[in-house]
Amino acid sequence: MSTDINAKSSEAAAVPLPSGRPPENKRVPQGHRRLLTRRDRVTLAFMAGVPTVLHVALVWFTALASIALAFTTWDGIGFDSIKWVGLDNFKELFSTNPQFWPAVEHNIVWFVVLILIPTPLGLFLAVQLDKKIRFSRVYQTAFFLPVVMSLAVIGFVWQLVYNPDTGLINSVIGANKPGHYIDWIGDPDLNLWAVLVAASWRHAGYMMILYLAGLKGVDPSLREASSLDGANEWQTFKNVIFPTLRPTNTIVLVVTIIEALRAFDLVWVFNGGAQGTELLSILVTDNIVGESSRIGYGSAIAVVLLLISLVVIIPYLVSTFRKERQA
Amino acid sequence: MSTTAATGALKERTSVRPARILLHVFLAGTALAWLAPMLWALYAALRPYGETSTKGYVSWPDRLSLDNFTNAFTQSDMTHYFVNTLVIAVPAVLLTLFLSSMVAFYVSRFDFRVNLALLLVFTAGNLLPQQVIITPLYRMYLLIDLPGITMSGKLYDSALGLVLIHVAFQSGFCAFVLANYMRSLPHELTEAALVDGASVWRLYWQIVLPLCRPAMAALATLLSIWIYNDFFWALVLISTGENMPITSALNNLSGQYFTDPNLVAAGALLTAIPTLIVYFLLQRQFVSGLTLGANKG
Repeated sequence: MSTDINAKSSEAAAVPLPSGRPPENKRVPQGHRRLLTRRDRVTLAFMAGVPTVLHVALVWFTALASIALAFTTWDGIGFDSIKWVGLDNFKELFSTNPQFWPAVEHNIVWFVVLILIPTPLGLFLAVQLDKKIRFSRVYQTAFFLPVVMSLAVIGFVWQLVYNPDTGLINSVIGANKPGHYIDWIGDPDLNLWAVLVAASWRHAGYMMILYLAGLKGVDPSLREASSLDGANEWQTFKNVIFPTLRPTNTIVLVVTIIEALRAFDLVWVFNGGAQGTELLSILVTDNIVGESSRIGYGSAIAVVLLLISLVVIIPYLVSTFRKERQA
Repeated sequence: MSTTAATGALKERTSVRPARILLHVFLAGTALAWLAPMLWALYAALRPYGETSTKGYVSWPDRLSLDNFTNAFTQSDMTHYFVNTLVIAVPAVLLTLFLSSMVAFYVSRFDFRVNLALLLVFTAGNLLPQQVIITPLYRMYLLIDLPGITMSGKLYDSALGLVLIHVAFQSGFCAFVLANYMRSLPHELTEAALVDGASVWRLYWQIVLPLCRPAMAALATLLSIWIYNDFFWALVLISTGENMPITSALNNLSGQYFTDPNLVAAGALLTAIPTLIVYFLLQRQFVSGLTLGANKG
C-alpha cells in the first residue's frame, strides 16, 4: 500500500490512516479494509449499528424477554409485581389449560393440510403454466390474486361464502333454512376445515409462484435430453424436473411451516379462535388483548411457539449460511 | 416442451393439440373457481341489502349499483383510515429499505468478522412468528413515554410505534436479500473507488445503491403490500379506533354493520383495491421480489 493512497484518504477524511492492521487478522483483505479512514470506520459503524440496535431491541430483546417472563407471573402493573414462579406456567399450560393441546394439534393440522393439498396443487399449476401456453399471465393472476390481499380481507370474503343463512354454500345446497343450517364457522367439527379451505386457497397461489421461479431455473437441455430418450411427460417430471427443484422444495417446506406457525389473521377474523379453531398464536394474543392480562402465562405459550419455530429456523439457517460461506 | 428447436415446435403442433385444449379447459375452470369467492363478494356488494334479504343471495338481481361502495366509503370514513395506513406504510417502507441496505452493504462489501453473525441475526429475526415477541413488545410500548411526540404520549397506540416494529421486523428479510444481491456485484467496482479515495458513504450512496435499484424496487413493492396488509401489529399495538390503519378498521366496520353483509363486502373489496392496483402495476417487481429471497436458499 502506497503513501499515495494514505495521502488521498487522509485528505478526504482529515484523519491519518491507522498504520497497518491488527496482527491477529491474517485473512486476505477483501474490500480493501486497509484503505478505510477512521471516519469511514465510524460511518460503517453507524451504518451497521443503527439498524442492528433497532432490530435487536425490538425483535431479539423481546424474544429473550418472552423467555424470561415465561418463568414469572406478572400483572403488568409495575415491575415489583413480577414474581419468579419457575416452571409453574408451563405445568399449568401442559396439564390444565383446555385450549393448549388443541391449539398445538391445530397448528400441526394446519401445516399438514397446507403441505399436502395446496402445495402439490401449486406445483401442478406451475408445471402446467410453465409450458409456455397462451393466457398464462391471466391464469397466473387469477391464482395469485389471493396472495396479494390482506388475510383480514380474505377472512371477510370467505365469511360471505360460509355464512349459515346468507352464504354461498348453504344457499346453493339449500341448507339455509332455520333448523337445517350447516354452521361452517360455528360448528367445532367443521370450522377448522372451513378456515383451512380459505388458507389453502391463498397458499396454492404462493406456492405456484415459488415453483414457477424454480422451474425457470431448470436447464431446458435437460428436458430435451429426456424427451429424446423417449420419456413421457410424467417420467420427465419425476426423474428430471422434480429432483432439480430441490432448493425450491426446501424453501417451500420452510415457508409452509412458518406460515402454519404464524397463522392468525384469518382465524381471528373468522371467529376469534373460538372452539375448534384454537391456535398457539391466538392464545398468546388473547392474553394481551383479552381482559385477563396474564403476562407470564402468555409468554410461556410464546416460548412454546418459539421452540417449535427454532426447530425449523436453525437447520434452515445452518444450511443456507453454510452454502453462502462456500460461495 | 419448452425447446425452441424446430423439432420441438413441430412435435408440439402435431401431437399435443387435443391435450392443450384440455389443459386450457382445466386451467380456465380452475382459475374461475379460484376467483369465485371474490366474484361472489363483488356480486353481493353490488346489490342492496333489502333486495337480498327478501329474495335471497342466490337470485337474479333487480338492480345493481355502487351504492354499497359509496356508503361504505362515506359512512365509515375510509379516507381517514387510508391516510392512517399511508402515514404508517410510506415511512416504514422507505426506512426499511434504507436501513437494511446499509446493513447489507456492511456485510457484503467488507470482510469484518461479525458479518456472518450479523446477517444471521437479521435473517433469523424475520423468521420468528410475531406472537413470540408481542407480549414484551406490548409492555415495552406502554412503558416508553413520548409526550408531545405521539398523540397518545406513548409508543403504544401511535403510528410511530407501528413504523418502528415494521422496520425492525422486515429489515431482516430485506437485509438478507440485499446482501445476496450486493455480493453479486463485482468487487472491483468499490475497490477502485476506494483506492481513488472515495469515502465509504460515497461507495454506498453513489455506487452500490444505484446498482441495487432492481432489487430495491422489487422489495419496495413487496414491503408496501405486506405492510399495507398488516393486521396483527395494528390489532395489538393500536387501541384507539381513530388511529387504526385500514385493515384493522375494517374489523370495526364489520362489527358496526354486521346486519348488512353487503355493505361489509363492499368495504372489504375497497380495502383490497390499493393492493390490487399495486400488484397489477408492478406485477413483475412483486413476483421477482418474492423469489429473490427464495432463489438464494
